[in-house]
Amino acid sequence: MKLTLRVWRQKNADADGAMSTYEVDGISPDMSFLEMLDTLNEELILSGEDPVAFDHDCREGICGACSLVINGDAHGPERTTTCQLHMRSFADGDTIDVEPWRASAFPVVKDLVVDRSAFDRIIEAGGYITAPTGSAPEAHATPVPKPDADFAFEHAECIGCGACVAACPNGAAMLFTSAKINHLNVLPQGAPERETRVLDMVAQMDEEGFGGCTLAGECATACPKGIPLTSITGMNKEWLRATRKAGRR
Amino acid sequence: MARTVWNSTVGKKTVMAVSGLVMLLYLVAHMIGNLKIFFGAGEFNHYAHWLRTVGEPFMHYEWTLWLIRVVLVVAVIAHAVSAYQLSRRDIKARPSKYVHRKPRASYATRTMRWGGIILALFIVWHLLDLTTGTVHSGGFETGKPYQNVVDTFSTWYGNTIYVVAMIAVGLHIRHGFWSAAQTLGVGSRTRDRALKTTANALALLLTAGFLAVPVGVMTGVVS
Repeated sequence: MKLTLRVWRQKNADADGAMSTYEVDGISPDMSFLEMLDTLNEELILSGEDPVAFDHDCREGICGACSLVINGDAHGPERTTTCQLHMRSFADGDTIDVEPWRASAFPVVKDLVVDRSAFDRIIEAGGYITAPTGSAPEAHATPVPKPDADFAFEHAECIGCGACVAACPNGAAMLFTSAKINHLNVLPQGAPERETRVLDMVAQMDEEGFGGCTLAGECATACPKGIPLTSITGMNKEWLRATRKAGRR
Repeated sequence: MARTVWNSTVGKKTVMAVSGLVMLLYLVAHMIGNLKIFFGAGEFNHYAHWLRTVGEPFMHYEWTLWLIRVVLVVAVIAHAVSAYQLSRRDIKARPSKYVHRKPRASYATRTMRWGGIILALFIVWHLLDLTTGTVHSGGFETGKPYQNVVDTFSTWYGNTIYVVAMIAVGLHIRHGFWSAAQTLGVGSRTRDRALKTTANALALLLTAGFLAVPVGVMTGVVS
């Protein structure tokens, strides 16, 4: 396959960026999108140019490191992560636009790499349980009803890639935050911090400069793990419950 | 608690949801009231007079009406201020646009902000036209709303402004009602379809109900 790439190049956080055009040839339809970028980078290095910086790690669709907006879609046209997107999703001769996540809470570090540590700080604010760690407890020591376990698993699938923020017209982190809150709040292990978790995580989310939710639904459409939009509804419910409880104390 | 609500994006959306539902409730009552115009000047003007005497003798003349007006003004201000502050925040959170842009979300969703501004301007005109009579076409007569309504909808601009505003209100409710349900945490996967259908039905019913009046005047059914 022969492709024309228009890639966002930005030297550092303070520099102005712009789209640069590159031609790549000899691309196999079985390559992943990242392997295609590797091919481009090899050529750039050989010709003495600065390779395109992009985040990647496991390349198995489970770590949440890859983060590219491809032709205006977070993670590209298929509902998966960029590393699991294959070049067969494109046609020979296509022009493909590659851009970084865009949100003021995710500043560009270089080219296609953005700083997502705002997510880490949201997790620090309450995305944990205060149970003693050590050896794993006996699996059936704490009974969890099947529907609750399924609900928790569905939300635990979030890999924190930030596609929801990238897709949101308001740069909101509601889907990420709600997935984490719902995952822990439904389980007995998460019960002791049920109220503080939602209040603190939402407060941290606001503190980081993410936007608010206008229920446009772009986040759930972009999510490679299929976190549903109703996750946000669940977080709102938890938040209202916790606020009412806190008000009574 | 009030502080927590007002300082949070989730809390401010709650304020928007509740104030929006208050206004929606009023719109339903307003629309039903409007339809009395099809039963003649006597019934419509009598209904308008009754609005001033609701609750008597417990309430004095116009007390109930003023109570409703105060609640509505509070709802409008709460809704507008939250919308303004949240929109400022949203725009700041996403300062640079994607080079490769795609048409996103539904039309109703994308037009919430502009639709809201159109509705705010409409309300000002609507009050000056039919409540105070300040910008009324022809002679405004206090206590004769039937004649005043006919005056307004006998002008091309009166009809145009009204039709545009009623379409805007329909679109606003279509996205707003469903969104309010999500914000208040009552939405769920099983209820989603019912909520969307209700939102669409409310939007359609209100737009059609309100538009019936200018259409009635234009076709000569009401004159």
